[in-house]
Amino acid sequence: MNNIVIIGGGIAGVETACTLAESGNRVTIIERTGDIGGKLNRWYCLFPDFKKADEIKKYLKERIAKFDIELKLNSEVDKAERNGDQWYIYTGNVRYTADAVVIATGYELFDATRKEELGYKIYDNVITQGDLEDKFRAGDFKTTFGENPKRVAIVHCVGSRDEKCHNLYCSKVCCVTGVKQAIELSKFLPETQIFCYYMDLRMYDKHFEELYRTAQEHHNIQFIRGRVSEVSQTPDHRLAIKTEDTLSGRPMKMKLDMLVLLAGMDTKKHNKKVSELFDVEREESGFLKSKDFHIGAGILSQKGVFAAGCCISPMSIKETIENARSSAVQINQYLKTL
Amino acid sequence: MDFGFSTLEARSIDFDKFDGRILRYVLQYEPSLLVCLSCGGCTATCSAGNLTDFNIRRLQLMLRRGEVENLQTEINKCMLCGKCLLVCPRGVNLRNVVMLIKKALVHFKNQEN
Repeated sequence: MNNIVIIGGGIAGVETACTLAESGNRVTIIERTGDIGGKLNRWYCLFPDFKKADEIKKYLKERIAKFDIELKLNSEVDKAERNGDQWYIYTGNVRYTADAVVIATGYELFDATRKEELGYKIYDNVITQGDLEDKFRAGDFKTTFGENPKRVAIVHCVGSRDEKCHNLYCSKVCCVTGVKQAIELSKFLPETQIFCYYMDLRMYDKHFEELYRTAQEHHNIQFIRGRVSEVSQTPDHRLAIKTEDTLSGRPMKMKLDMLVLLAGMDTKKHNKKVSELFDVEREESGFLKSKDFHIGAGILSQKGVFAAGCCISPMSIKETIENARSSAVQINQYLKTL
Repeated sequence: MDFGFSTLEARSIDFDKFDGRILRYVLQYEPSLLVCLSCGGCTATCSAGNLTDFNIRRLQLMLRRGEVENLQTEINKCMLCGKCLLVCPRGVNLRNVVMLIKKALVHFKNQEN
């Protein structure tokens, strides 16, 4: 029986852990927070089918309960050492021995305060998609004026595809998140006008395109092709945005009651730490560098160290589950060579 | 097949009559223009564009489509304030593009004389 240590108890970590435990390994998960689930815990509904995030959470809880997996919550890795094929992982005053290590540290939402021109934490009623999920969970959308917003704009590509914050990559899932949130919001507040400001819309996976169409056809969501360049506050404390409606070729101004920023996925903070702990390579984007893009995803530059989930690349939940399972297969193959 | 309508010659972009000299000149000295994705952030924030019909994003398209006849009039509207540089997600130095178009127009005019 092999010992495996998994760092991160989000979707990727739990699914990798369960798949590896299923094939007879002894697995430990080291999780920074007090619960499994990671970013999932904040979400209310999921694209593209509006499944409740809690259902995925329930799946993870039930699955992990079937196995004898050691779950070490509220813990972070302090030190990691390799001796031949053995890894020693230190957390607090505990030392774990592992034949393989899986990094599944996920992502953070891009810190939208870095885009000062968009007014996050400067003006009232500028929020991120994560904050909007909190509102969906609470069922309360009131602005700081104590009223439901009459007009809302959703801004795509905040902190993604942006040289100014050194994130050249596309975070991939924000486009469809924006469309999902627009529809969801229009269901809660049918009278509210909702606009999506985009540069390109990437409806890359199954059902996404149909969701986009539904937004137009049944929810009157308006899509405007233009990047929002400035947000300001009007004298009556509403928000005003400036953009170019590139399809009509004219500058455009709009007053709003709420602005939702679709912050991209950022992995720099956690990946910097784990890449130093395990001496594994990162890409310039901050994502962990796999051995090969096509056939070696999740195999890292250090012997016995693997990765799963969004620490490698932006992924949806579906992709994270698939990726976690495939990482488990690769780890089992590696363990046979020991 | 006659569908009963035709495209007016004057409306269409004739790519075969493409005058790419200015574009090539600009790209040689300011290759950052290659990565423009036409998001319009520059036009949204443009000082001149909010007061006149100047559209700085369209400069790039005009160069790429060889629509060079009105370039002189267009670039004269630019105030060279540089706000477009600040907002560009792709780091295009549009102010330098405007300066290079000015230079290119003089350069090719001198050549023709």
